[in-house]
Amino acid sequence: MSNYKIFINGLIKENPTFVLFLGMCPTLATTTSAINGLSMGLATMAVLICTNFVISCIRKLVPDMVHIPVYIVVIAGFVTVLQMFMSAYAPDSINKALGIYIPLIVVNCIILGRAESFACKNTPVASAFDGLGIGLGFALALTLLGCVREFLGAGSIFGIHILPEVTNVLLFVLPPGAFLTLGYLVAIFNKVRGNDK
Amino acid sequence: MEKLKPTLKNMTLVLVGVAVVVGFILAYVNHVTEGPIAEKAKATLAQGIKDVMKVDGIQVTKEDTVKTNVDGKDLTYIVHETSDKSGKPVGAAVESTTTGFGGDLKVLVGFDHDGKITGYTILESSETPGLGAKAEKWFQSTADGGKGGKSCVIGLSPKDGELKVSKDGGQVDAITASTITSRAFLKAINEAYAAYCKQNTDGTSGASKQENKKG
Repeated sequence: MSNYKIFINGLIKENPTFVLFLGMCPTLATTTSAINGLSMGLATMAVLICTNFVISCIRKLVPDMVHIPVYIVVIAGFVTVLQMFMSAYAPDSINKALGIYIPLIVVNCIILGRAESFACKNTPVASAFDGLGIGLGFALALTLLGCVREFLGAGSIFGIHILPEVTNVLLFVLPPGAFLTLGYLVAIFNKVRGNDK
Repeated sequence: MEKLKPTLKNMTLVLVGVAVVVGFILAYVNHVTEGPIAEKAKATLAQGIKDVMKVDGIQVTKEDTVKTNVDGKDLTYIVHETSDKSGKPVGAAVESTTTGFGGDLKVLVGFDHDGKITGYTILESSETPGLGAKAEKWFQSTADGGKGGKSCVIGLSPKDGELKVSKDGGQVDAITASTITSRAFLKAINEAYAAYCKQNTDGTSGASKQENKKG
């Protein structure tokens, strides 16, 4: 498989949110606004590219029986580094909004799932591309979800007001709105994807 | 290259090796980011104090911690006493934390000498975006979409009685559909004021005690 194909595979065919249904906790919880969804997606993507690459590099050095603990240590290491950098250099509002969900990337099943199903069987470069595809797919899905919820719930996209306040449906920024929006987006995504075949 | 055999020696070596390498990387990154993180927290607070006091050339003269016990919970307030350029005291900015709708709500609120609110800023919140998160602007806008500006708390004073939302018979309009956040916010201000008063009455004795220690 070429790197481009691996990338597209992660982005569309195996989109973590709309097809694989991985990482639902951050998907539903952080997408209250477009910017939150985007930053969560990009943070996850950054971790995923790094972990996929490193795990692929060390895949032959790790005996099968200890591979899960080794992967978790690598993943936790990268997430902690990311968290430190974010609290030092990222804008305050994003840092506050994402808060607890950054450390939770450690147990995000997308990361460990890709390490298990791709990185430990493929070359480092291919694995990095897989991380890029899957990560970008996740980021786009979260941004889309955030846009829809913010637009319907608060009448704005990326903080720019579009609709007057009276038209806001508050439900959409609250948890039930996350499920509703996700459901419809999955339906639409799979309809579009199905026609491509 | 063949995959390493899962012998006890190999497994131990690999696990320890990975842990040590990751540990070193973390220590290094922690070392690099420690300074910026602390600086940022300090800058945010300094900027917040400047914003809420609405006085040019503000200086923090004294920092006090006031502890109270409400409903079995220990609450801590940090009172930053401030003065203007010439050194004249102008009041204090108080950090106060209450529980909002989505978690802790940490507010920095400024009082002048008469106990009037000069300004406030939200330091930490996990309120719902589009609803409770509006508190950032809501309570300091006088325009308020033409509703008569009853939502503004600037210039009010908790001395004339606790601030309450109009739903509870108070004088401040709550954020639309976010009464819980609004109540929590006003509670934070009331408690901050209480802490400020307490600190003021204890203040003289506290200060002299400190001087005695130094002497």
